[in-house]
Amino acid sequence: MSGFSAAGLSGSDLHVDLGGRRILGGVSLNLSPGQVTVIVGPNGAGKSTLASTLAGLLKPTSGLATLDGRPLSAFPPRERARRLAVLPQTPEIAWPVTVRTLVGLGRTPFTGATGLSAADHAAVDRAMQTTGVTAFADRLVTTLSGGERARVLIARALAGEPEWLVADEPLTGLDPAHQLDAAALFRSLADRGLGVVLTLHDLTLALRLADRVVVLSQGAVLADGPPAAALTPDVLRRAFGVEAVIETTAAGPLVDVRGRL
Amino acid sequence: MRPALLYPLLSGVLILLFGLSLMAGPVWVPFSVWTTPDLDPRWAIIFELRLPRACLAVLVGAALGLSGAALQGYTRNPLADPGVLGVSSTAALGAVIALYYGATVISPWMQPAAAMVGALLGVGVLLALSGKGSSLVGFILAGAVLNIIAGAGVSLALSLAPNPWAVAEIVNWLMGSLADRSFEEVRLALPFIVLGCGLLLATGPALDALTLGEAGARSLGVSMSRTRALLAGGVGLAAGAAVAVTGVIGFVGLVTPHLIRPLVGARPGALLIPSAVGGAIVTLAADIVVRLVPAAVEIKLGVAMAAVGAPFFLIVLLRDRSRLS
Repeated sequence: MSGFSAAGLSGSDLHVDLGGRRILGGVSLNLSPGQVTVIVGPNGAGKSTLASTLAGLLKPTSGLATLDGRPLSAFPPRERARRLAVLPQTPEIAWPVTVRTLVGLGRTPFTGATGLSAADHAAVDRAMQTTGVTAFADRLVTTLSGGERARVLIARALAGEPEWLVADEPLTGLDPAHQLDAAALFRSLADRGLGVVLTLHDLTLALRLADRVVVLSQGAVLADGPPAAALTPDVLRRAFGVEAVIETTAAGPLVDVRGRL
Repeated sequence: MRPALLYPLLSGVLILLFGLSLMAGPVWVPFSVWTTPDLDPRWAIIFELRLPRACLAVLVGAALGLSGAALQGYTRNPLADPGVLGVSSTAALGAVIALYYGATVISPWMQPAAAMVGALLGVGVLLALSGKGSSLVGFILAGAVLNIIAGAGVSLALSLAPNPWAVAEIVNWLMGSLADRSFEEVRLALPFIVLGCGLLLATGPALDALTLGEAGARSLGVSMSRTRALLAGGVGLAAGAAVAVTGVIGFVGLVTPHLIRPLVGARPGALLIPSAVGGAIVTLAADIVVRLVPAAVEIKLGVAMAAVGAPFFLIVLLRDRSRLS
């Protein structure tokens, strides 16, 4: 099939129907490792569906999602999980386990019935250091603040030391300071070679954080490219139905939404 | 608590209660009898009555405790248990149908077989009803429906029973008891309970991953269909065989994981083996208590467990109601 190269995380003509409704109608993209790709779009545009499909958790109705040229559906689930970690949109933590135990769950694709090995524990420690949660490793997750919890969940995703991280709205519910912290963390992960795929609602953050922005509208790609090229007033008008101006400030670009069309 | 402390502690209590279970009862059989078996007639009490009873308590308690722990882990619901979720009821319905049609005359294996079929159907319906994106209350409601259906089926069998003795026999059995059981019941239940427990223990890593919800577990490479199959098979065999030989003994699977959870750091996989041992302990202890209560007729174990377990259920419900809604 033409239009996508073998390396990286790719979608080729992805169609997804859910409950008789078409959610994605022909999405093609090819994402590279070492980059932060941010998927934006209005509510119901299919961001989460695209993220799940690229994560291999949702089988497209037609089209193909591939990792390094191999269809995600052809991966044994554990092997896929080793290479690609997912942060679901509404992460659930069902039991009051310790932070260390929760982060250790990220090693599930590597462990058998015998529990964590020394190598597993070392990976858990590294993931906790990367995200700065080592200090409260022995606290119960139920006692964490929202910001701490978000970092612990990212640590859980990193514990498997994946090549790819797909996170669905990971910044929702965080205060501005913690949003910046998390954004900086995603940035540094990409700089270290990880492929980071995020869905976001905050357009300014998308402009400042992303190497590449994919704008979805009604299940199709409206714009795809470097942030400044993808997020133009014209695209925002067509995707979101809002009048917006992109301003240049000392801190970087700023999306100023003036009103509805 | 560290496993290095927890396991010896639980095993110690289990051995202690097992010994006590052989001694305690309307007739107190002291330790000294054990050393002189041939000379003392009380040896018969130990060997014919109390030993099978204690073995059965351990088996059935382990089956129920482990089933409860696995169901709670899978549903992420601290109120799940084979009784609450209706699996014990459908197992009982299966056994009652076998009794009613006299299938037990054909072979003694018919009763556990019918109970396990009932239990498997119950778990199957439960998992199908709650289906994808199962909510915490969804399971409890599905269990309530199963309990109603199975209860109606048992009532139907009772109302159609050919004679009052058959009714009395079924009602008596339904109430759940370990009294007057022999090694025959142990032999009938043992293979299925061992096999079922083996299937349930294999769900450990998947139950751990389910701490992150179904989406989280799937993203970690856990096969939900495999987990469901292991769970259904395990609960069906273990709880089904347990109900077949003792009737419905509720709340062991509810109470035990609760008591043990704080000791293992709440990780569902780490809860499985201790809950099996804990279930055996709870059942042995409860059975010793019902034997020692001075009453004209021995109190049924199932009734006693319900008397203790139902308020416990209420307390958990009140404490966790914000989380469960």
